[in-house]
Amino acid sequence: MIEFFTAWWSYGFMRNAFIAILIITPLFGILGTMIVNNKMAFFSDALGHSALTGIALGVVMGVADTTLSMIIFAVIFALLLNYISSKASASRDTIISVFSSACIAVGLAILSKGGNFSKYSSLLVGDVLSISKKEIIYLILIFAATLIFWGVAFNKLNAVSLHRALAKSRGIRVKLIENIFAIFIALIVMLSIKWIGILIINALLILPAAASRNISVNMREYHLFSVIFSLFSGLLGLMISYFTNVATGPMIVIVAAIIYFATYVYGRRNA
Amino acid sequence: MRKIVKPCGLHCIRINHLGVTIGEQQILSDVNLHIHCGTLTVLIGRNGAGKSTLIRAILNDIPHTGSIEFKDRENGHIQKLKIGYVPQNLNIEKSTPVSVYDMIASYQSNRPVFLYKSKKLYQEIKESLKMFEAEHLIDKQVCNLSGGELQRVLLSMAVMDEPNLLLLDEPVSGIDQNGMELFYRNIEYLKENFDLAVLLISHDLDYVRKYADHVVLIDGKVLTQGTPKEVYDSDAFKQVFTDMEVRG
Repeated sequence: MIEFFTAWWSYGFMRNAFIAILIITPLFGILGTMIVNNKMAFFSDALGHSALTGIALGVVMGVADTTLSMIIFAVIFALLLNYISSKASASRDTIISVFSSACIAVGLAILSKGGNFSKYSSLLVGDVLSISKKEIIYLILIFAATLIFWGVAFNKLNAVSLHRALAKSRGIRVKLIENIFAIFIALIVMLSIKWIGILIINALLILPAAASRNISVNMREYHLFSVIFSLFSGLLGLMISYFTNVATGPMIVIVAAIIYFATYVYGRRNA
Repeated sequence: MRKIVKPCGLHCIRINHLGVTIGEQQILSDVNLHIHCGTLTVLIGRNGAGKSTLIRAILNDIPHTGSIEFKDRENGHIQKLKIGYVPQNLNIEKSTPVSVYDMIASYQSNRPVFLYKSKKLYQEIKESLKMFEAEHLIDKQVCNLSGGELQRVLLSMAVMDEPNLLLLDEPVSGIDQNGMELFYRNIEYLKENFDLAVLLISHDLDYVRKYADHVVLIDGKVLTQGTPKEVYDSDAFKQVFTDMEVRG
């Protein structure tokens, strides 16, 4: 019986997936807090979609490693979105939607040329079991970078989120902070999109933080619960998917969604 | 914030030929103001007259022409102007987990608020909140404060780093009559006890008459300025505000 539950550890791919989830999910839990506070859910969703275009451009230009073209494109895309929504008169929602759908269309058009899209369809759902050791090292690096950014600039980010002009009057470089945050979201989404999948990556960014909001009253609780929910959904989702033979990403999101509804009901009762 | 016996009256903020143009549209032109420490200057005017734009220009939040100087009147020495700002409201949604401590600490310090609560900073913030009878709000969620409570919290935060000029956008809604009276009394307390000048946008002409030292009526430019009585008796004032009543 015990063997039945521990056998998964003997598979290298499961060990790697386990370690990857230990890194990715707390990271998503942390970033998600400010994505939700800044009402950027739609923004991170659009970023995920830009992955298709990034890969397509890489293929067209004959780049050997399409991950690189994907990351570069996503960073440019994120900065461009920030710039245009600060200049344009249309609402941020509309602009992001326009860019997001245009990105999907261009990506799909190029990648499906000659009927070859099935080669890329794994990107849509993701596969955490295919993660390699080298890729885990990249994740550790971005994890460390994010923690440093959060330690140094979190207060400023929070100040900007509450009131831009007030933050600016206190000498905070509003645009710089917003752009660095957008670049971090782009990097993390791109580095984890292969494992989680374009279709559900945003759910993983938003759900733990949204659940945590239901029951938190200050920033410390907000972060703590968000990280715990994210980590718990990740690990439980991985285990369930191993035993039931269902794709891991969707399983993680299902667990996170259940936590969200539970905290919603709990939060309302205690309000 | 350091309390003084009397404002020295020697500091003066001069706004010279300030203009703001956004796109093709000229919103403000040739605004000249002298603001002295220990006085309350109030901006009035119809909606869209450029009151908020002027505040944002002084804050350097939007590009503008002209200059803003901060002078010591005795020796003419130009100093760096420190501005405290109290916005009308915040960009915050219901059930956002940001407490009053989290908010003020985020603006005042670099100690990451998501990690721990600094005891020293907590005491400092509490002290400042006490001045406006708001110390009991320190652990409350910002999004659950009433309009008047938020105003007092923002005021406490604005005076924490001893500004020379305090810019205030008076809240339009969410504050009852008692709250308004308290708000104006707090401002009076500030200007009498600290070395700062106050510039306020107001929509309530009765309170302005009662509390302001200097009133500025604007509509794209300065129409008239002076004591409340001078401004209220002027033709420009009657034109702006009777027009409004007829239309309203």
